[in-house]
Amino acid sequence: MIQYIIRRLLYSLPLLLGVNILTFVLFFVVNSPDDMARMQLGQKHVTEQAISNWKQQHGYDVPLLWNSAAEGKNKIADTIFYQKSVGLFLLRFGISDSGRNIGADIKERAWPSLAVALPTLLIGLLVNICCALMMVLFRNSYLEQAGIVLCVILMSVSSLFYIIGGQFLIGKELRLVPISGYDDGLEAIKFLILPVLIGVFSGIGSGVRWYRTLFLEEVEKDYVRTARAKGLSETQTLFRHVLPNAMIPILTGVVVVLPLLFMGSLIMESFFSIPGLGSYTIDAINSQDFAIVRAMVFLGSVLYVIGLLLTDISYTLVDPRVRLS
Amino acid sequence: MKIKTCKVHVLVLLFSVVSFSCAGEGILQLNNPYTEDEGKQTVLYESFSERPKHLDPAVAYSSNEYAFIAQIYEPPFQYHYLKRPYQVVPLTATRMPEVVYLNPRGEKLGQGIKDGDIAFTDYIIEIKPGIRYQPHPALAKAAEGDYQYHQLNPAQIDAVRSLNDIKNTGSRELTAEDYVYQIKRLAHPKMQSPIAEIMKNYIVGFDEYAKQVKDKPKTGLKDLPMDGVTALSRYQYRIRIKGKYPQFIYWLAMPFFSPMPWEADQFYDQPGLADKNITLDWFPIGTGPYLMAENNPNRRMILLKNPLFHLETYPTEGEYEDQKKHLLVDAGKQLPFIDKVVFMLEKEAIPYWTKFLQGYYDASGIASDSFDQAIQFTGSGGVALTPSMLEKGIQLQTAVTTSSFYLGFNMLDTTVGGITEQSRKLRQAIAIAVDYEEFISIFMNGRGVVAQGVLPPGIYGFDDKSGINPYVYEWQDGRAQRKNIAVAKQLLSEAGYGNGIDSKTNEALILYFDTTSTSVDDRPRMNWYRKQFEKLGIKLVVRATDYNRFQEKMRTGNAQLFVWGWNADYPDPENFFFLLYGANSKVQYGGENAANYHSPEFDRLFEKMRNMDNGEQRYQIIQQLQDIVRRDSPWVFGFHPKNFSLFHGWYKNIKPNLMANNQLKYTRIDIAERDLKRQEWNKPVFWPLVLGVAVFVAMMMPALKAYRRRTRETRR
Repeated sequence: MIQYIIRRLLYSLPLLLGVNILTFVLFFVVNSPDDMARMQLGQKHVTEQAISNWKQQHGYDVPLLWNSAAEGKNKIADTIFYQKSVGLFLLRFGISDSGRNIGADIKERAWPSLAVALPTLLIGLLVNICCALMMVLFRNSYLEQAGIVLCVILMSVSSLFYIIGGQFLIGKELRLVPISGYDDGLEAIKFLILPVLIGVFSGIGSGVRWYRTLFLEEVEKDYVRTARAKGLSETQTLFRHVLPNAMIPILTGVVVVLPLLFMGSLIMESFFSIPGLGSYTIDAINSQDFAIVRAMVFLGSVLYVIGLLLTDISYTLVDPRVRLS
Repeated sequence: MKIKTCKVHVLVLLFSVVSFSCAGEGILQLNNPYTEDEGKQTVLYESFSERPKHLDPAVAYSSNEYAFIAQIYEPPFQYHYLKRPYQVVPLTATRMPEVVYLNPRGEKLGQGIKDGDIAFTDYIIEIKPGIRYQPHPALAKAAEGDYQYHQLNPAQIDAVRSLNDIKNTGSRELTAEDYVYQIKRLAHPKMQSPIAEIMKNYIVGFDEYAKQVKDKPKTGLKDLPMDGVTALSRYQYRIRIKGKYPQFIYWLAMPFFSPMPWEADQFYDQPGLADKNITLDWFPIGTGPYLMAENNPNRRMILLKNPLFHLETYPTEGEYEDQKKHLLVDAGKQLPFIDKVVFMLEKEAIPYWTKFLQGYYDASGIASDSFDQAIQFTGSGGVALTPSMLEKGIQLQTAVTTSSFYLGFNMLDTTVGGITEQSRKLRQAIAIAVDYEEFISIFMNGRGVVAQGVLPPGIYGFDDKSGINPYVYEWQDGRAQRKNIAVAKQLLSEAGYGNGIDSKTNEALILYFDTTSTSVDDRPRMNWYRKQFEKLGIKLVVRATDYNRFQEKMRTGNAQLFVWGWNADYPDPENFFFLLYGANSKVQYGGENAANYHSPEFDRLFEKMRNMDNGEQRYQIIQQLQDIVRRDSPWVFGFHPKNFSLFHGWYKNIKPNLMANNQLKYTRIDIAERDLKRQEWNKPVFWPLVLGVAVFVAMMMPALKAYRRRTRETRR
């Protein structure tokens, strides 16, 4: 398995390089270093000299991908792409164009993102699986039909509506929790209740339907019939036999997103003023801060690769038939 | 039996929740977003939506940056808080600067000299002794007198996570050298000060100094003198500028000219600190009423009262009405009144507005979504608060900003540009057709004043009595009325475009409007512009593009029509008329004259006016400049936005001051009133929760029954 993991990690290197090149090209097709300088220097009294100084100080005064004026390997090394990309592979994100250390910002902002995303995922998973199992338990009854209709309704509503509605009802009208904000340590709990609640609620419709489909597929299989024939109750059958066997697709969906939980949610973080990584990337795009954009895209790619690897490994844990080689 | 037990449990649960809710009322504020105990401190709560990019006074230039640094740094002069028109008064200076005019040989000129004789002007500024810097690690000294933290070793730097981790702080007296040092910083190319290019034209030796220190570190500036800026004594310094430039006094009231101790650069430039985001750009060091106690732009920023702040008192005089408005209640009292200011990051308007209504923010602007909830129009066309706002004791403050927005014509364009009679008439016709009264009413909830010329209200030379634009308006029943569209059509016809048809080509006149308004929300605005041009039969093509492409078009002169705006740096007409000065043309010189307007007549008068002292002669020239611009119409004068701000009843000493940014020190909060109101407004409501639980239980009952039935069936 170790060999498999090393091989997968090595495969990911060209993938990450490709992502990095793509990000670089897409960013600089839209923004030139001059545009970036203008954005950072503000709108008043910006002269060509000031732009030139800014580019020189931030390392944007060299060609983008190929420096024909340089000698030897410097033709590649003396380019914006090379100078801005090498550090990324060592997870050295450098300084943002507005002058802040990106690594320090990411470290600081990852935890609030995780504080919202992890409970939302775990509670959501629990609620969705329970509801789905209940629907399977009452399959072919009016309860299941009502549940499906409710799920479709819940799925059809925009997540933005849940956020605004939740803030209005629980934060403004009932005044039970702060409408937005964040704090460190345990003080964060009261700020997390509402976003987590909304996150879980907004995911119930699609989650329950998805898990219901998985369980229904399992519940009709021969081994389940055998279990029933042995005299197990329906609940025992569902929890002891159906649930473990439906774990592979559940794991596929869950494990792959685990690393990405650090990346946060843009809308949720904006509306609840949670200082996470979700809004960090969008703020950077709006302010044309290429250093942050490339760092976040790279980090997202790395985490996604890790997520996929973890998913593969987790298969071996839940299904003894799967071998990694 | 079992069902009975279950029912009892449900009842007990309901009873407990209701009891809890009753007990909770009046004492709990579950929705309070502030977790720290305020104690007896007076804390002001404000918000910010975008993190400031810079807090170094040499670089910061935006209003969201000034909201912080103007409370921390102190330039030698400031704007009087209450007096209008805006008046510059001493802050750390003992008095207004001594202004000395010199001839080319550097000799002092006597009375009665002409402006042309002045080669240099000296500003001699004396500062108050005894002013001290806020406590800061950069100024901490060891027992033997050396700076304690100027040579941190890697282990010490590793142990530091934020500035507050550095234990000891120190302070020292403010000296004239610190002001001189800051001006040197402005010149250093690595600082990238936005005013460096402007100051090159004024401060003697500034440009040469910039070249001299180009490759030197900031820490080397201290010992390198700049010709035009000299400390004459511990408390006196001199700035020598080229020629005469009366507006220089306004620059001296801006944070750019705040003092900076050389120790700050020495401390922050140590390798390793920047990697931890510990830089002068994020942790200021000033002499002002507040110091930055926490700088977490991702969440909140906290200002604390500077324990070493010098004696400064609330103004004892203001405008005639100020006494009646209770603005002089605190006259003569020591500033500041507030102990702590907490700025919370708030990106979305809905939670921000809700928190304001809950009393968790002390002041708020009004987003368009909340406008109808807060403001109503009176029968006479005025504005007032709605009954729900009045019931909460909220106060409304309005102020016309010192900004101008306009629809500009690219004067280099062959169709709309040029100063021929034909092109003038075309532009005048468009100026009549584009009805900005309607624009303000539809898109700004009436929050704006239609512009009649280049100058906004509050700027010297603005004539609010008779100063209408005679090419667009006429007096009717004592009111300025926009001319009839028939007049515009006539002008258009005289320009050679009768009914919107180009008489030379017999084709419809098509004009192009360049804008960055690309979103769906902007469509109504763009459609509105199209309709204005349709009144004349002109087809307007909107070319929406991103910010970068738009800027490029403007730089290269490829835009035809565009909307632009300007916010005053200082309250002087020169700061607006320079937007039309030929030597500031954007295409030719990269300046701020976005319309690329060039009129020798205008330029001559502008050059005469810009360096004059305010007086009758200057006033008359300003009116002439207005007349020229109105006639040539390089801009369709748009509007001056009107700020609407809401403050809770406990917020005292509110007076809009569009020039000063250091208002926090004058603000007072009645915290007892705020606590009472917050408790009253934020009683939690539990009964819907109880109801929700009951409904859930009721819904689960049939499911439980069904489950039991099914289990029994299975067993059978």
